[in-house]
Amino acid sequence: MNAVNADCRVVVSGIGVVSAIGLNRGQFESSLRAGRCGIRPITRIDPDRLQMKNAAVVEDFDAAAHIDAKRLTLMDRFAQFAVVAAREAVADAGFERGNGLRGAAVVLGSGAGGKTTDDDAFRELYGAGNPRVNPTVIPRVMLSAAVSQVTMDLGIQGPSFAVSSACASAAHALGQALWMLRSGAAEIALAGGSEACITLGLLKAWDSMRVVSGDICRPFSRGRRGMILGEGAAVLALETLDRARRRGAGIYAELAGFGMSSDAGHLIQPSADGAARAMRAALRDGGIEPGEVDYINAHGTGTRSNDAAEASAVRTVFGARAGALAVSSTKSMHGHALGASGALEAAAVALGIRGGFVPPTVNFVEADPDCPLDCVPNEAREVAVRAALSNSFAFGGLNAVLALKRMC
Amino acid sequence: MQEILGRVRRLVAENQQIAAETITIDSTFEDLGIDSFDGVNLLFAIENEFDIQVSDEDAKKLRGIRDVVEGVERLLGKRAADGGE
Repeated sequence: MNAVNADCRVVVSGIGVVSAIGLNRGQFESSLRAGRCGIRPITRIDPDRLQMKNAAVVEDFDAAAHIDAKRLTLMDRFAQFAVVAAREAVADAGFERGNGLRGAAVVLGSGAGGKTTDDDAFRELYGAGNPRVNPTVIPRVMLSAAVSQVTMDLGIQGPSFAVSSACASAAHALGQALWMLRSGAAEIALAGGSEACITLGLLKAWDSMRVVSGDICRPFSRGRRGMILGEGAAVLALETLDRARRRGAGIYAELAGFGMSSDAGHLIQPSADGAARAMRAALRDGGIEPGEVDYINAHGTGTRSNDAAEASAVRTVFGARAGALAVSSTKSMHGHALGASGALEAAAVALGIRGGFVPPTVNFVEADPDCPLDCVPNEAREVAVRAALSNSFAFGGLNAVLALKRMC
Repeated sequence: MQEILGRVRRLVAENQQIAAETITIDSTFEDLGIDSFDGVNLLFAIENEFDIQVSDEDAKKLRGIRDVVEGVERLLGKRAADGGE
């Protein structure tokens, strides 16, 4: 184990993704570049029982193609996503299983945990009056189940746990992993988030909140009608820069800074002040000047209040420079995958930094005076991004912002 | 109308934890301290109470108790008409 080293730099050397716009990293990146929207009609649930009609569902995910049948009986869909994404991140980073990976940390976010299992089990219990609940329910449902499955799958024995802060869970998880690597608690971490929240019970609950769009998600666009739920996972392979250089690893970007704040305000109304404080904290933690930032991957849910508050926060932090920033919401493509969103978005940022592009805000129709930002409407843009922020602002006012930088 | 108003007042009183006497047909949501999420909760209670479905578009137009009572009347009237066809 290393001594604590405040100068320790941490880099992203591998990425794994399962999403509505790609079942792996390559497909995900192609979709981001092409501005492909993954929002489609919900077919898994009887649409007559729902107000919302569309979601960013992961189609064609074949868990059995990846995971053996016996182990699958112990895994909720959210853990399946996590295992597949973690394997891809490890392969992409070129980590050797065994000694190389054994001491790694695994830190994954989830907002809801094993909701598919929950829904199925309690339908049987309450609805069908079944006297017994399957003994696999608890180990499938627990919020940390995805973390446990990843450690078992990859033989990882280092410091591992789950993080939950609703829609900011994955960003908080990545931030914790960054700080653990800086602290010397580990040299490698697999961090990100996973969510599988397309269940009747949860969708009905979201319907009641009247924040989900009846059609599409158009962040920052005038006439936007709300968010669109998504599902999926992203896992980033993180390691210290020293280690990455020693082994000659390919590097997407430096994970340079992490900032958090709490609104201490309303349970669901966002606060521009809380968002601004988290962005400033991330810049400070990363030693990044506002003038270096070229791109912000916005929380950008597509609700009227979130997008206006976030635009206000960006202007507070960046002042006159706010208008020169590219600020896009990739939720317009992969949906709001709740506790996985922060990881899908950090992955999008890292891919964009290495690939020289910023992903667009798709479904954009018309500028909204409440959101005076360049939100990269509808088409990706070639930009040599020096530094970027990835914003996540959760219900309950828990904010997490990651700062990533291009490796020079 | 009076019967609906009485039921709406009871629901608002429960939702906001305030005395029903403070709620009149002319009370606005602002008067009663009903913020947007309180409003969403209130709509849930009203939909349950009257067994109606309030669209998001209609919900956004509600500013006070009179809007709610008139909206409930309209939806109940529509249901009666539909049922009579």
